[in-house]
Amino acid sequence: MNALDFNRRTFLVGAGASAGGLTLGFSISDEALAQGATPEVNAWVVIRPDDTIVVRIGRQEMGQGTITGLAQLVAEELEADWAKVTYEYPTPGQNVARKRVWGDFATSGSRGIRNSEKAMREGAAAARMMLLQAAADEWKVPVAEVSVAKGVITHKGSNRSTTYGKVAGAAAKLTPPTNPPLKDPKTWTIAGKPLKRLAQDGKVNGKQVYSIDFQAPGLLNAAVKDCPIWGGSLKSFDAAAAEKMPGVKKVLKIENAVVVVADTWWRAKTALDAVKIEYDSGKSANLDSKAIDDMLNEGLTATEAFIGNQSGDVQAAIKGAARTVEATYSMPYQNHAPMEPMNATARWTADKCEVWTSTQNGEAALATTSQAAGLPLDKCEVYRMDLGGGFGRRATSQDYVRQSVLIAKEMPGQQIKLIWSREEDQLRGCYHPITKCKMTGSLDKDGNLTGLHMRISGQSILATIRPEALDKGRDPATFQGLNAGGAEGRLGYTIPNILVDHAMRNPPVRPGFWRGVNNNQNAIYLECFMDELAKEAGVDALEFRRKLMKDHPKHLAVLNAVAEKGGWGKPAEKGVFRGLAQHMGYGSYVAACAEVSVNDAGTLKVHRIVAATDCGHAVNPAQIERQIEGSFAYGLGAAMFQEITIKGGKVVEENFDSYPILRMDDMPAVESIIAPTGGFWGGVGEPTIFVAAPAVLNAIFAATGKRVRNMPIKNTDLRKA
Amino acid sequence: MAKLNINGKTLDVNAEPDTPLLWAIREQLGLTGTKYGCGVAQCGACTVYVDGEPVRSCSLPISAVNASQKIITIEGASGKIVEAVQKAWLEHDVPQCGYCQSGQILAAASLIKAKPTPSDEDINREMSNICRCGTYNRIRTAIKQAAAAVRGA
Ligand code: FES
Ligand code: FES
Repeated sequence: MNALDFNRRTFLVGAGASAGGLTLGFSISDEALAQGATPEVNAWVVIRPDDTIVVRIGRQEMGQGTITGLAQLVAEELEADWAKVTYEYPTPGQNVARKRVWGDFATSGSRGIRNSEKAMREGAAAARMMLLQAAADEWKVPVAEVSVAKGVITHKGSNRSTTYGKVAGAAAKLTPPTNPPLKDPKTWTIAGKPLKRLAQDGKVNGKQVYSIDFQAPGLLNAAVKDCPIWGGSLKSFDAAAAEKMPGVKKVLKIENAVVVVADTWWRAKTALDAVKIEYDSGKSANLDSKAIDDMLNEGLTATEAFIGNQSGDVQAAIKGAARTVEATYSMPYQNHAPMEPMNATARWTADKCEVWTSTQNGEAALATTSQAAGLPLDKCEVYRMDLGGGFGRRATSQDYVRQSVLIAKEMPGQQIKLIWSREEDQLRGCYHPITKCKMTGSLDKDGNLTGLHMRISGQSILATIRPEALDKGRDPATFQGLNAGGAEGRLGYTIPNILVDHAMRNPPVRPGFWRGVNNNQNAIYLECFMDELAKEAGVDALEFRRKLMKDHPKHLAVLNAVAEKGGWGKPAEKGVFRGLAQHMGYGSYVAACAEVSVNDAGTLKVHRIVAATDCGHAVNPAQIERQIEGSFAYGLGAAMFQEITIKGGKVVEENFDSYPILRMDDMPAVESIIAPTGGFWGGVGEPTIFVAAPAVLNAIFAATGKRVRNMPIKNTDLRKA
Repeated sequence: MAKLNINGKTLDVNAEPDTPLLWAIREQLGLTGTKYGCGVAQCGACTVYVDGEPVRSCSLPISAVNASQKIITIEGASGKIVEAVQKAWLEHDVPQCGYCQSGQILAAASLIKAKPTPSDEDINREMSNICRCGTYNRIRTAIKQAAAAVRGA
């Protein structure tokens, strides 16, 4: 782990900004006004003379639809004409210069919309009030007499009308109102509607420019091989042959990495392959998957553990039980593998450093740039480019940005694009953390669940990635979805005696935030074990859960919804079996009912998954459906066949031939129930991923009588015994 | 200096003969709609047509292509089928991040050319391109719609 990797607190301190900077207390910058005829009404809303509305968005689009949703919310409060709405990304440098007026850029934790909606809706509502005031002032009529629809302002009394574009300049000069009232979501006409995404054309004609596509005159390209041994280091390398190869400009050592800079990337990569590199394995020479498994096994029964959720006396409950059930589950390392490999372009001079990259967190990229460049934040800039996928990889670490800056620093003034090969992306990932879990449940003589002990053993993401977020050594994020309370991820069951604890065991392989994060394994562990308990109690899996969910109506509502639509309790097609799961995370309640079959050869087919989400407010149901489907493709691929294994401290699976990705033929039909109950804002990009795997695993048991407790599923022979 | 016929133009390519067609297209010719995903013929992001057949350009050296063979990239792809596919893609709002979609679109158009009425099995078999965002179900629907449009149904 690189000590200089970004952490948010350092950035906040470094940036000298307050975390609560999302107010309307900004002033219109003279600079922006001076920039010409395109005044910003406020930081969020720019209106061009031709009435185009430009919504400025701090969060990042990476395929999840966030910019469209945020633009809808702004257009709604603004009473804009949706056909005229477009967007732009303020740069992280501008955000620093304007005291974080656009708030947090981090686009992870399914918070793109839910943590920006208030500031952006208020910004839009304020802009609308200012625009109306400007028109009223021009007509010298009371503002109460003017109205607006689709960006056209009208004064009925005098039969006059104007447009936003015409009054934007005057509006920009007005004092922004404080606490502008927001619309009742029940009256939304743009937000809440299944609109198509913004900016799709370039994605069907090849014109969309991702950061890997960045071009500029004189641009050089770099290929990198960082030390692939986790905990190891670069010992020596021989670049003699590589230096003579066509197009090669320089062979460099950057920390533990060897880098070739050449005119084209292919030449850089070819030369890099010709460099003879030796590594020092350090303490990792014998680090392999077996050693890591042993480490985790020890944690399953260790006496000391961090407590996540505790009430009653679980040991007493287990002792006094009529029956107990015990099972151990495991979840391997998994890599994000977004389709666009990590890359960044940088140019460094003694007084300025610029980076062009795809990142889920422009502010983190800027902080990383500043640290690597040895220049203050105001002498650095990051230009945000479109992402070919993120899934948490481009949020966890800006290591590729750091490398690109360090490379550029070696050739001052030269713009250099660093691209990781797919192999580098696999070898230097921030993997879904490895954990195991020992589940122990106690039943009374009537089959009621009296106690549950959930002992998690394994890796903490925060301990490596954001150690300052640990709470006296404890990683609170480990318990996602298992907490006794809170709005983020509450356990949906009331169990009289419960203990959820975590024996933290941190192998030197870097973990990261991987779509769904710790909810993924927590949902598998808990929801599959619920099925085991129901079976032991001789009770239907849905009925068993319902008894425990009386005090959790929102969890129960989504579970009931999928059970009903999924046909739970009714006969399925011959050979098809069902499984259920529910979970809560990132503020949303989700459930799934999966239908699978397993043939005589043991081949699994997932036919259909009915999914439900209560995300509070549904800003764009069409895009939520796409996130549900996408999350299932991502989560099922992981559950079915993805694992990163370690040998000699190094990742074994270097490309998609050994690290299979779910493809068309394995994609189930997905039916979505979007059931927002209002009053809160839950996330959308991740939550449904939690329930895909456990619902399928429970259906596999129904089909085969086999409990698959170790992921991925491919490691278990599913043929009927 | 190799010569390649790309999108209807014959162009000089200053690259070693073992350079994959993908990188010649992206770096020598500056056409970046064709994507790098894996480099080992697994993902299909680099799909282009060579004489009308889809190929994974990351695994085809330029020495294996001669100037008389017609290479078409997403930027140069046209005609009734490709356009129907692009239209269906937009109507069904298929792309998420979009990175894989150049390859998906070219693969889909080839499928429709070979099978004017593609079945689910045809789609499962022929559409082996990876989409990490998981747009598969939308792709399936859009292929069927595009195929119907091409048939004039
Ligand atoms: S880049 Fe060619 S198949 Fe993946
Ligand atoms: S749309 Fe992102 S990889 Fe396919």
